[in-house]
Amino acid sequence: MSETLRGAEIFVRALIDEGVEFLFGYPGGAVLHIYDELYKQDTIKHILVRHEQGATHAADGYARATGKPGVVLVTSGPGATNAVTGIATAYMDSIPMVVFTGQVPTHLIGNDAFQEVDSIGITRPCVKHNFLVERVEDLAVTIKKAFYVATSGRPGPVVVDIPKDVTANTTEYVYPETVDIRSYKPNTRGHPGQIKKAAQLIMGAERPMIYTGGGVVIDNAANELTQFARLLGYPVTNTLMGLGAYPATDPQFIGMLGMHGTYESNMAMHHCDVLIAIGARFDDRVTGDLAKFCPYAKIVHIDIDPASISKNVRVDVPIVGGVNNVLSELNRQLQEAHVKPVDRDTNAWWKQIRDWQKLDCLRYDKTSKLIKPQAVIESLWRETGGDAYVTSDVGQHQMWAAQYYKFDQPRRWINSGGLGTMGFGLPAAMGVQLAFPDSQVACVTGEASFVMCVQELSTCLQYDLPIKIVSLNNRYMGMVRQWQEFFYDRRYSHSYMDALPDFVKLAEAFGHVGMRIEKPEDVDGALHEAFSMKKRLVLMDFITDQSENVYPMIAAGKGQHEMHLAPGTETDRELA
Amino acid sequence: MRHTISILLENTAGALSRVAGLFSARAYNIESLSVAPTEDPTVSRLTLVTRGSPEMIEQITKQLNKLVDVIRLIDLNEGRAIERELMMVKVRAIGGEQREELARIADIYGGRIVDVTESSYIVEMTGDSDKLDAFIEMIGAKRILEVVRSGVLGILRGTKALRA
Repeated sequence: MSETLRGAEIFVRALIDEGVEFLFGYPGGAVLHIYDELYKQDTIKHILVRHEQGATHAADGYARATGKPGVVLVTSGPGATNAVTGIATAYMDSIPMVVFTGQVPTHLIGNDAFQEVDSIGITRPCVKHNFLVERVEDLAVTIKKAFYVATSGRPGPVVVDIPKDVTANTTEYVYPETVDIRSYKPNTRGHPGQIKKAAQLIMGAERPMIYTGGGVVIDNAANELTQFARLLGYPVTNTLMGLGAYPATDPQFIGMLGMHGTYESNMAMHHCDVLIAIGARFDDRVTGDLAKFCPYAKIVHIDIDPASISKNVRVDVPIVGGVNNVLSELNRQLQEAHVKPVDRDTNAWWKQIRDWQKLDCLRYDKTSKLIKPQAVIESLWRETGGDAYVTSDVGQHQMWAAQYYKFDQPRRWINSGGLGTMGFGLPAAMGVQLAFPDSQVACVTGEASFVMCVQELSTCLQYDLPIKIVSLNNRYMGMVRQWQEFFYDRRYSHSYMDALPDFVKLAEAFGHVGMRIEKPEDVDGALHEAFSMKKRLVLMDFITDQSENVYPMIAAGKGQHEMHLAPGTETDRELA
Repeated sequence: MRHTISILLENTAGALSRVAGLFSARAYNIESLSVAPTEDPTVSRLTLVTRGSPEMIEQITKQLNKLVDVIRLIDLNEGRAIERELMMVKVRAIGGEQREELARIADIYGGRIVDVTESSYIVEMTGDSDKLDAFIEMIGAKRILEVVRSGVLGILRGTKALRA
């Protein structure tokens, strides 16, 4: 039974039929018909953000935590341009998201009308695909296509631009069950021959290394990965995007790799003879100098996106397919071959890795009179039982969170890895907390990142989101300062944060709880007190050691084995 | 190396800009580009000439394939293909001797004179790009008033066909 509806009604009905739970948005002229329809229903919960960037990050955080697409509604012009940073953030990290932008009426498009911008043109390079809906008859099917494209294959954001007259015009409403796009057929099954070849190579490795990225999280393949690694007994490293896909407290896990990865992970990458790359894309922050990357390794690469294969690094056994499918098939073949896990006590490669681990590269000064940022993260991990959802902004605090919070489960670590968007953490945490109202959600941030989307504190109050904000306040843009210290002769050009607000009062002004913590001995107590306030958002302003740097560090242009280590680290060993 | 890539594309607004945008965003170069609808009006065929290392060409074809509006594509360098380009050249043609020489050269290159005035000819010519380049060189820059070229079109020899 079909009914004749206005475009705005079709929009809302289609979202309901698509199972959309939350719509993150901000009203404006071009979307007023739609907002009028939203007013008349209570199936979809509209979350009113305070800036469109916040809407996109919140939807993104929701998507990363749940695996379901995040949905955004913004108006034309500035509404759309404000959303672009969040769209690009989701695009770089392959996050499924559908962003609806209002547009001026079709007869005004191209006229430089009020609040007109070419949203399709502006978003084109940072979306998986985008659609302009020119006729109300196309609206429902376009929405269906948008969700299908956003969530299938390698996921990503899709923008749907809807002119105002399309939301006013009427047509028969039918929401299609499925869509078929002839030009879009993602391949999720790995090639059986390639998988067999990979299995042979993997089983014959002497110095194997499993390197996994965000793809394992996105494809819900953490269990398959864990089974795979345990069948073999091989060491595992995760990228920044892949943390939690393999339990960080497991002895086979040897830490994150890359620019701020552990010594043992980067050394194992450098010296391995078989590298098994799973849902990772050989990003420059992982590889360092490509000419020096994994010089002894045969490389197996499993990825759903053919364009990610052999883009930066030539691989020996490429497998195009969903990580989940391919790992399941690999596990089946390993079991059939009765493969035995290597003995971590007797195996020479493991002995070498244990030896690298003895360097204790994440060691830091625990006797300091100043709060060490690493200590705050370790305390957060203990306070939350390692089980919180942790979002972050971008910079030193992000790296410390990644290094010191040991994620045992996927979708718990939520950060802007690819684009590196400051301001991501708080709105992302809103999306997570809405999805999981009873879970502990922490936003690890710094005083520079935090103020980039600080307005969302109002949204948190409006929807009772008891997020715990852990701000590592060093009065610097810490990562910028670190680079300036290392590479610019300590010329700290514009990296200090002068004229900071009183964050306690700021939290209170927004109706929340603020705390300032200045002594190392108060860290545990403050976190405990904050997490005891189950109904309140608490902003914890930790005044940390300004001089602390993130170690280890691979400088730009260096190989993985050429790391800066923390001062005082035993240096009499051969690093290369 | 020079590669000619034939692409079947959804004939929708903005599809061409996705292809062009991909090239500029990823710093690939486009040497020539021609596009027109096919016998199926919902499908456009686009022929694109680009240059790059084998790795770069591999990335280009993979990235093009990722575009949702790209239905199918083929790198014509991977098979035996015929390439043609259409060119029209407006040349200064004054005086009997010069006019005769121009007509003769055009004839040798298989061109046709499609417009004549007292002081100019327009020569129409098809061929591969090298032949058209050679004709321009032969006529010489001084005599040329205007050149317009279609960009390369390409098709595989034999029965194998690129179809939606």
